[in-house]
Amino acid sequence: MTLNLFLQHLSNGISLGSLYALIAIGYTMVYGILRLINFAHGDIFMMATYFAFFGVIIFAIPWYISFPLVLILTALLGILVEASAYRPLRDAPKISILISAIGVSFLLENLATVLFGGVPKPFPTPEIFTSMVKIGTVSIQKLTFYIPVITIVFLFSLFYLIYRTKTGMAMRAVSRDHETAKVMGINVNLIISLTFGIGSALAAVGGLMWGMKFPQIAPLMGIIPGLKCFIAAVIGGIGNIYGAVIGGFILGIGEIMIVAFLPDLTGYRDAFAFILLIVILLYKPTGIMGEKIAEKV
Amino acid sequence: MLKIEDLVVAYGGIEALKGISFEVQEGKIVTLVGANGAGKSTTLRTIMGLIKPVKGSITYRNKDLLKEKTQNMAKAGITLVPEGRRVFSNLTVLENLKLGAFCRSDEKGIKTDFEWIYSLFPILKERSWQLAGTLSGGEQQMLAVGRALLSRPKLLMMDEPSLGLAPLIVKEIFRIIQEIHKQGVTILLIEQNANAALHIADIAYVLETGRITLHGTGNDLLSNEEVKKAYLGHKAAK
Repeated sequence: MTLNLFLQHLSNGISLGSLYALIAIGYTMVYGILRLINFAHGDIFMMATYFAFFGVIIFAIPWYISFPLVLILTALLGILVEASAYRPLRDAPKISILISAIGVSFLLENLATVLFGGVPKPFPTPEIFTSMVKIGTVSIQKLTFYIPVITIVFLFSLFYLIYRTKTGMAMRAVSRDHETAKVMGINVNLIISLTFGIGSALAAVGGLMWGMKFPQIAPLMGIIPGLKCFIAAVIGGIGNIYGAVIGGFILGIGEIMIVAFLPDLTGYRDAFAFILLIVILLYKPTGIMGEKIAEKV
Repeated sequence: MLKIEDLVVAYGGIEALKGISFEVQEGKIVTLVGANGAGKSTTLRTIMGLIKPVKGSITYRNKDLLKEKTQNMAKAGITLVPEGRRVFSNLTVLENLKLGAFCRSDEKGIKTDFEWIYSLFPILKERSWQLAGTLSGGEQQMLAVGRALLSRPKLLMMDEPSLGLAPLIVKEIFRIIQEIHKQGVTILLIEQNANAALHIADIAYVLETGRITLHGTGNDLLSNEEVKKAYLGHKAAK
């Protein structure tokens, strides 16, 4: 394998890893604050791509206006899901809220099938992302570079929010102890809504870039990326945001490299994530960055 | 200042409080003493709005406190130092203190209060960048008290501040409670360590399995035979 080819695979792996990281953060943030695996997260990601389809193609709104709108709509969808399906069950046993999450997942998948049809639709990728650049003898889609850069911008904004602002401090406090946070005067429901909003908006960022990279959208497209990003969050240590990012990159780069180095195994590409999950659960169940023992869900 | 009347609280049909009434007067140290399971923590948690009572009323400065949400208590001037300290172990000492002042926006007043807290507990200043989870039990208790004070409470409720601490530290905590009281903060203190609590209390109530059985000044109760019985009898009761 030539160096050029390797670099091409690596950049592919990094951009896939970026997408996984963005989506994995949503899982880990919600787990951190509610101890809940939000199984609807992958479907919220799917909805974001449809919002973009409707914005750009049906309503013909230019992408630079549509895409920010998609982030807002997806954030609102996440907040709505929490308020309607999870909040009423906040004090119920953990298993009830988990079942509710699976229910929301099926609801969104079937709702999308009914409303948008089961036939895959094209994703409206703006041209500035698809044009090619030539580096030496290799030509690579500009998107491959944009994805990590956009991801880093959003990650830094997120870390700033969580570790440098009063709101972020409240989020971290709520993730440790709802009751004491209330005693401090923190509006816990508002903080939880915000967490869902941010997690969903990041999934929308991932969804938009996913749509550009694999420009076909369908109602069930969220299932596999959703599962893989859940795995990424577990590998990194669920509840830990840095862990989700690391897990996302390990998964993305690992998947691409397996296909690159062992082309015979291409068909098992999706199995890689699940095998990794089993290995992690066997040898380091708390994940790479996780310290405390994860609660059973 | 705070008036509790005929308060009944039940957990799944079992009554933890069977109709208690008492009053906390402005500027006083009031204590509820009693054994484990007598309903002391339940009382504080109900005042704080963390538990909904079956019946009864809680009024604070002529306002119905039962209608207030927990998150608005700090702004109204009521705060709680919870049982077991419950510091945010994943946050630094400084962040924990800042959370105490979460509901305030008077930067200047917060700064003054920070200085006051640091003079009460110099160790908190030294350790301000350390994660709260790495502090010792006594230091965590100081942090919990400091955090509560930063909301500038008018009524400070403390749930077992001496629990699990070494005798010297307990002494220090009780000294600081009196110090806080001198600054004009009304205190509602809950203790299993009845002896220490009664020594500093103006008014004291004895709580036994959900009922108030006795009340009087701290000194009255210290010399009361019944109290000795109630206090010593806690092993037999539970």
